[in-house]
Amino acid sequence: MAVKVRVPTPLMKLTDNKSEVMAEGTTISEILNNMESQFAGIKERICEENGTPRRFINIYLNEEDIRFLEGEGTAVKDGDEISIIPAIAGGIG
Amino acid sequence: MIDFSEEQIERYSRHIILPEVGGEGQSRLLESKVLLVGAGGLGSPAAFYLAAAGIGNMGIIDFDTVDLSNLQRQIIHNTERIGMLKTESAKKTISALNPDVNVTVFNERLNSENIMRLFEDYDYILDGTDNFATRYLINDACVMAGKTNIHGSIFRFEGQVTVFKPDEGPCYRCLYPEPPPPGLVPNCQEGGVLGVLAGVIGNLQVVETLKLILGKGYTLVGSLLIYDALKTEFRKLKLKKDPKCPVCSDQPTITELIDYEEFCGLSR
Repeated sequence: MAVKVRVPTPLMKLTDNKSEVMAEGTTISEILNNMESQFAGIKERICEENGTPRRFINIYLNEEDIRFLEGEGTAVKDGDEISIIPAIAGGIG
Repeated sequence: MIDFSEEQIERYSRHIILPEVGGEGQSRLLESKVLLVGAGGLGSPAAFYLAAAGIGNMGIIDFDTVDLSNLQRQIIHNTERIGMLKTESAKKTISALNPDVNVTVFNERLNSENIMRLFEDYDYILDGTDNFATRYLINDACVMAGKTNIHGSIFRFEGQVTVFKPDEGPCYRCLYPEPPPPGLVPNCQEGGVLGVLAGVIGNLQVVETLKLILGKGYTLVGSLLIYDALKTEFRKLKLKKDPKCPVCSDQPTITELIDYEEFCGLSR
């Protein structure tokens, strides 16, 4: 099963500049592993070594933050959309 | 309610005829106190429209001077003012636009020592800063002092806007508990930014501020609005209060303000 994953601007270097990619898996964890197999190096940008998302990056399943669902074990189904949302600081620039 | 002058009635007529604003709402705007942290990309359009709307008391904090490379997006300044303090330049523009606005400028860099004093006289804090150190400091001070934080940030073609209102919704640390380590997250200067994106996001911060003051409509408390300029797409994600938030939960672990080192990949 493939779901759409939205990639934030700072990580697009790793996805051939694509802001949306398809990834296979039935949980967030599997999706992240599948993304790593397609785009080497992306998982360590998103997750700590133990596989949980870094504290300045949130992962959303549709509109919900997975921290308030079942974390990286959250089940994913057909038609779901995953968004990776990092903190950004810019303003004054 | 304020006793409007003839001139004020004319100046604000397009507001006053809106049922959601009216004379009472315009009075509230004229009596409101809004502090802009940063007179840069986000602060420029924000200051412009807040001033036009008749925000009665506006504070502006910035320690920087106007640079030629700012003018691609920092529209409250202009070419003649290169080298001038941004606060002074902003004040000049605002006073020329609307003499009703009482502008107070602070040529200071925010830190844990001065932030509570600077925030004291204001109800709404508009965060238009460019680094994580200041954003976390602003968040923590807003939670501790019970101030509403209207948050905006931009990067290349993407922007984020939300409102952190103590007691009613989450704070920045509910969203991102800790700042990223240096070097892992790019900033505007190295990543670039479409100038007008600052206008879109800064003005969305103004829209939220005005609704909060007027007490009308729905605000972004509990939602993160993401704008993708390349795709022409707005998305709203839900933000929840983290019961284990280090600063706004019932058992906070951060009870003092922290001066993080300047980071976000930019060394000053």
